[in-house]
Amino acid sequence: MYYASMLFQYMGQYLKTRMQYRADMVVELLSDFMFQAANLVFILVVFGHTQVLSGWTRDEIIFIYGFFLVPFAIFASFFNIWDFNERYIVKGEMDRILTRPIHSLFQVILERMELESLFGAITGFIVMGYAAFRLDLSFQWYDLFIFVLFVLGGALVYAGIFVSLASISFWSDAKTSIMPMMYNIGNYGRYPVNIYNKIIRYILTWILPFAFVGVYPSAYFLKKSEWYGYAFLTPVMGIVFFSLSIFIWNAGVKRYRGAGN
Amino acid sequence: MGKYIEMIRIRFLMMLAYRTNYYTGILIYSINIGAYYFLWSAIYGGKENIQGLSISQMITYVAVSWMARAFYFNNIDREIAMEIKEGKVAVELIRPYHYLGMKTMQALGEGIFRLVFFSLPGMVIVSFIFPLQFSTDVSTWGFFALSILFSFIINTQINLMTGMLTFFLFNVDGLMRSKRVLIDLFSGLLLPISFYPLWAQELMKWFPFQAISYLPSMIFTEGFKGQEVVEAILLQALWAVILIIPIQIMWSLAKKKMVIQGG
Repeated sequence: MYYASMLFQYMGQYLKTRMQYRADMVVELLSDFMFQAANLVFILVVFGHTQVLSGWTRDEIIFIYGFFLVPFAIFASFFNIWDFNERYIVKGEMDRILTRPIHSLFQVILERMELESLFGAITGFIVMGYAAFRLDLSFQWYDLFIFVLFVLGGALVYAGIFVSLASISFWSDAKTSIMPMMYNIGNYGRYPVNIYNKIIRYILTWILPFAFVGVYPSAYFLKKSEWYGYAFLTPVMGIVFFSLSIFIWNAGVKRYRGAGN
Repeated sequence: MGKYIEMIRIRFLMMLAYRTNYYTGILIYSINIGAYYFLWSAIYGGKENIQGLSISQMITYVAVSWMARAFYFNNIDREIAMEIKEGKVAVELIRPYHYLGMKTMQALGEGIFRLVFFSLPGMVIVSFIFPLQFSTDVSTWGFFALSILFSFIINTQINLMTGMLTFFLFNVDGLMRSKRVLIDLFSGLLLPISFYPLWAQELMKWFPFQAISYLPSMIFTEGFKGQEVVEAILLQALWAVILIIPIQIMWSLAKKKMVIQGG
């Protein structure tokens, strides 16, 4: 309860600071939107030249992309920790975090929130809606709950991977470019896994499970029953990977010695 | 002229000091190329060729586009915007060189560095992993070299203009991000221009973007032949000349309009 109230307090403050520079925020939202549209244009143009992509049609791929945007938006809003190493370890900010009476990871999340990324979810809904309409998809009442579950699962998969990577900084504070690299690998999850070779498919499923953010959960809504097993693993993978990352984080915090004075 | 060459050299040495950052950069580009490799393989399926490009030409196109991007890409729009915001540009203006010329030379130093330490080794590594198709024709390589030089010039000119917009708009962060997306999409980095629907191709003819990535990559993959190669380079040269006009106009307006806050 205390944590929830902290979250809303921070959100309120955050909105105030953003509202100070409205024009800047609008332009930023527009550029985010353009970025999402560019990926869509890619899919649209490619399907001007082919009917199916390893058994997936144009609208199915568009649906996957739309779905992907929703968990990714949640992740991007709350787990903006790609520069954790420089911001907190190298500058010694972690010392300040550790004196606060809430869990250190939660504190970092609160400080680095970027709520405007949530608008990406709206784009996601529009894209999914368009694809669902074209595909004539039908939904049951319980699909809503499954959707929420899958979205949370996907966001947790992303969060788990990035929190684990951020925790590496507790052991080695050398600057690495592993985070931007991971963002690029994450893009692999936007397309059906069966276009990749076996090794990459295995990695995307079990080691860096980005496939659980896009293609697997979408397969359920697209009624691709051969992928149902993977689809329903989504929340499980999310919880497993996120718990694992918290475990690594806590172990890291214990080892943390502080940098500088 | 000597001082400008010195600027290239200094920037090159500066980049050299931080070269380890670039090894992971090569890996990132390889990952991107890998994603498109699988995607394009699936898109081609059994097809022999799409829009005159075979699958191996397409993979080569993707690889060379990304590696060429390392050469022509630079952040001088961001640097100019920063210097204007911080008021540093006032000091730059009283120095005995042309501010925009100095920025261009710095960008060139950076570009040459990336060409030597990023694009060339990157291309070698990528060619081991993916089935690329290199031309054996020396003239193709010569035309390609000329062509990416023009890519650099045109991209830098666009960056100069974007950076200079800060004089008029004060904050162009969002605009710079949008510009980057636009260039990736409309320059042909993500998709060859010939893949777009015809109306879009017609429209893009009127913009300089395709001269940045599409034209050099098509020359490299030999998607263009004979007369087309020469026409492509002439088109690039034309754009490089045309873009000087808005730059000059903006620059003279900016000098009049400039407000330095603090400093």
